[in-house]
Amino acid sequence: MYPDDLKYSKEHEWVRVDGNIAEIGVTVFAQDSLGDVVFVELPEVGTKIRQFDKFGEIESVKAVSDLYSPVGGTVIEVNSNTVDSPETVNDDPYGRGWLIKVELADIGQLDALMDSETYESSLE
Amino acid sequence: MTPSSNAPLTDRPARSNNHPYIPSTDSERAEMLSAIGVDSLEDLIADIPPEHRHPRLNLAPGLSEQELAAEFSSIAAENSSSSNGYISFLGAGAYRHYIPSTVRSILQRGEFVTAYTPYQPEAAQGTLQVGFEFQTAVCQLTGMEVANAGMYDGPTAFAEACLMAARLTKRSKVGVISTSDTRLLETLVAYSKYQDVELVEVEPDAVEIPADLACVGIQNPNFFGQIEDVERLTKLAHENGALSVVHVNPTALGMFRSPGEFDVDIVTAEGQPLGVPLAFGGPYVGLFACKKSHVRQMPGRIIGRTTDTRGRIGYALTLQTREQHIRRERATSNICTSTQLIALMVAAFVATLGKQGMKDLANLCYQKAHYAAAAIDRLPGFTLGRAGNDDSNGSGATFFHEFVVRCPGSPGAINSALLKKKIIGGLDIFDRVDNGMLVCVTEASSKADIDRFVAALGEIGASQ
Amino acid sequence: MTIVANPGDIDRRLLMDRSVPGRRAFTLPESDVPAQEMPDSSLLRDDLELPEVSQLDVIRYFSVLSQLNFSIDTNFYPLGSCTMKYNPKINDELASLPGLADIHPLQPDETVQGALRLLTSLQDDLGEITGLPGVSLAPLAGAQGEYAGLLIARAYHESRNDAGRTVAIIPDSAHGTNPASAAMAGLDVVTVRSDDSGNVDVEDLRELADDRTAVFMLTIPSTLGLFEPNILEITKIIHDTGGLVYADGANLNALLGLVKLGDLGVDICHSNLHKTFSTPHGGGGPGSGPVMVSNELAKFLPKPVARKTENGYVLATPESSIGAINGFHGSFSIAARAYAYIKALGLEGLRSVSENAIIGANYIQAGLRDKYNLAADRYCMHETVLSATRQKKRGVAGLDIAKRLLDFGIHAPTMYFPMIVDEALMVEPTESESKETLDHFIAVMRQIDDEINSNPELVHGAPHDLPVTRLDEAKAARKPILRWTADE
Repeated sequence: MYPDDLKYSKEHEWVRVDGNIAEIGVTVFAQDSLGDVVFVELPEVGTKIRQFDKFGEIESVKAVSDLYSPVGGTVIEVNSNTVDSPETVNDDPYGRGWLIKVELADIGQLDALMDSETYESSLE
Repeated sequence: MTPSSNAPLTDRPARSNNHPYIPSTDSERAEMLSAIGVDSLEDLIADIPPEHRHPRLNLAPGLSEQELAAEFSSIAAENSSSSNGYISFLGAGAYRHYIPSTVRSILQRGEFVTAYTPYQPEAAQGTLQVGFEFQTAVCQLTGMEVANAGMYDGPTAFAEACLMAARLTKRSKVGVISTSDTRLLETLVAYSKYQDVELVEVEPDAVEIPADLACVGIQNPNFFGQIEDVERLTKLAHENGALSVVHVNPTALGMFRSPGEFDVDIVTAEGQPLGVPLAFGGPYVGLFACKKSHVRQMPGRIIGRTTDTRGRIGYALTLQTREQHIRRERATSNICTSTQLIALMVAAFVATLGKQGMKDLANLCYQKAHYAAAAIDRLPGFTLGRAGNDDSNGSGATFFHEFVVRCPGSPGAINSALLKKKIIGGLDIFDRVDNGMLVCVTEASSKADIDRFVAALGEIGASQ
Repeated sequence: MTIVANPGDIDRRLLMDRSVPGRRAFTLPESDVPAQEMPDSSLLRDDLELPEVSQLDVIRYFSVLSQLNFSIDTNFYPLGSCTMKYNPKINDELASLPGLADIHPLQPDETVQGALRLLTSLQDDLGEITGLPGVSLAPLAGAQGEYAGLLIARAYHESRNDAGRTVAIIPDSAHGTNPASAAMAGLDVVTVRSDDSGNVDVEDLRELADDRTAVFMLTIPSTLGLFEPNILEITKIIHDTGGLVYADGANLNALLGLVKLGDLGVDICHSNLHKTFSTPHGGGGPGSGPVMVSNELAKFLPKPVARKTENGYVLATPESSIGAINGFHGSFSIAARAYAYIKALGLEGLRSVSENAIIGANYIQAGLRDKYNLAADRYCMHETVLSATRQKKRGVAGLDIAKRLLDFGIHAPTMYFPMIVDEALMVEPTESESKETLDHFIAVMRQIDDEINSNPELVHGAPHDLPVTRLDEAKAARKPILRWTADE
């Protein structure tokens, strides 16, 4: 449910770091509490975001949630697949359902996030 | 008030306790109270401060249905309308048209009239499909890609459209052409008062506009009934990164090119001319359409098509996250109605008139208004146009079914004299045009009515 | 080809799919004036596409559609906070009288004396009922009344050079329009908590109220169907800080003749004529949301207000009016229906409305409390909020129970509102319903609770016998189809 190689925020986003590139998405818990995702609004490539700032919105039929970036940096890619087919977020939240990729401003920011075990226990 | 209902309560014979609208009898109430486990209603309302409970109320005793009907007959008789022999040439945002029997008949269906907002789509497919038909009709008339299920009225739709343009462009100046109805502007002011939006007047013949406008709002036909150059103004808006918001008269769309042809971004209209009674100003319905790419910033209810668990077609409210019940203070609007019953009348009206009827209706209005205008223009002392027989005033000379008449004297005085002849004249617009009267002629006026009006104007004008 | 009889099969084709070129449902008269010169052809359209159907097509199409609806005329509608009472037929008939339906909004006052007398009398009655004598009937719906009320509050503070008041305090149980309207009025929303009994947390409110408070928006009775027992203390707290108290009148049906909002310290309220005063909901409007204020605030009311003068009735603009909030004078023919309703009931009838509404809601609460949890375990006013948490533990959500009710011809209660109650099912029977109807509802609700044990699939899959089963709302939202198009 919560892969070990990811870091998690209390707002239920995950981040996967590869070098100085961070891939960001929402957790199984987030997509499960939202229900069927019907719309995702993401920032434009080049947008600078700070850690824990709002970077977009995610909507289900009857709820809307802000997306908060677990890390700060510059958006280098957005997943148009989730914009065109929002159900991807439900189907594969840690894979094809990723949302944005960010060039990390400061790798040290990861220290403010949770590991899989801590995150999972925070949900109880 | 009928005399009997003014009599003090004590002088009236005792009635049975049960009102026709309230079924529970005394003994049933006693049974229910006992099941609840209390002695009286007082135990249930103990939280109401005792010193303020059961206040004195100065209200009359209830009337029987027959007395009520008599009271309404007398109210109706105190008004002047076509039902007691008056003819009228008022327009300016509300228009007299014949309402077909089909519309009146469909409006009798209690299943439509007494239903609630379709939050339970399984139990509201009728309402929802009608709403989908309404959205379709609005798109077809305006030439736009998407429409919502209805707003309160034309002016509120226009105000919301301008605010939507500000959200979409992230700009705070809203331009509106100077030939617009002040009622549109007043509503826009009320809606934008605390929205950090500034209103800017744009001349309809402007060749440049401020570079930071959110939109150019264009009433077409304009307040004076004239056709504006929507195509040129829309291009001008787009060149400056602004949107084009056009407020149309839907009847005119039976003959004039639609805003959709001119790449307009948002279209609004007063839906009243499409089968809705004048009813002293309401309820009406606002039409609201836009480009598909803007749909998520559109206010109001939207109905969409989908399928049920067995694959059958069905309709449901959709894109609801834009709305107040979900997004609360960040909603696109606080509106929570689609004025559905009036939208039903519009849908039934457009279905009834159909393709040929809408064309014929527009043409009849045009023909009769132009006949009337030409006849008034021939009267000594009366001239047409805002500048007096000068139609080269930058707004284009073509008009639809409304036009400005410059009178030989005060339009107010002329209207008073007309009223004595059971004629309700055009709107006195002296505040916008010297001695100006805004006259509207629709298919609801016969040639005889028009001739009577023109003759009366001639007589009164001669005595000025 | 063999045609198979299938009485349940409904023809859902849209009008455009029924269109046959040349068919007509209506003809306009021939022009009786000489032909006029047409505009330049470059201005004219040739792309108008609309249905071409016969008159019977139109009538049958809409009649069949109407039969797919639940409505008050055909079904019990215990929809909390919506006050789905009987809509008297005489009201529709009277409001449609030619002398009322045919008058133009811009006619001179002297030609609409009857209409203005009606409006003046309705204003007086609403002022009397609420104890707030300044009344404008201009707002076209509750949300507009609410917005007008907030503009009045802001205008009042500004008139006292106290424009720094930019906060609206709103209970966590409030309807979504409250914060949406507050945001439109440029107010920052601050939420006050409800305590365990569903009342406003007075200590929390005392903390929050200060010299930035423009207005406290209170729904009374609350969305939990409870009368706020600390109301006098609450209005005093707000007034002591210089703020105003706004009452959302959505639930006025509980208060008619029992208490006046003005007596409790409320400064501004709105009322939904389509709830308390029986005007039809119409499947989602038109509404009407008159705004009522204290004498002190009357000069700020939106225009127009109707008034009696020496020279007859007139439409007037209050001296410091917040201006026009819509095109004309409000929903006149809705006001006419409300006027008819108040006159038909009179003083005693209106009292009886609230008394019976309260007894009915408590009767349902008493009949279900052993099976369903209550949001607040005390007597309610005109509606009761159940919580399906016990049922949820057995695997059935409030939504499923609501959908199952549809199979019994009973409309679903309001679901998942107020948001502070888990699995909320808000039930408002209104005074219109007989004891037999309430007993039937109680019995059905108890049976559904049993079905959760005996046959949960029956509840999960509901409704079974309506024109459609549950709809794929995610599909509708992901790829919106919002109109007929030729290629489908």
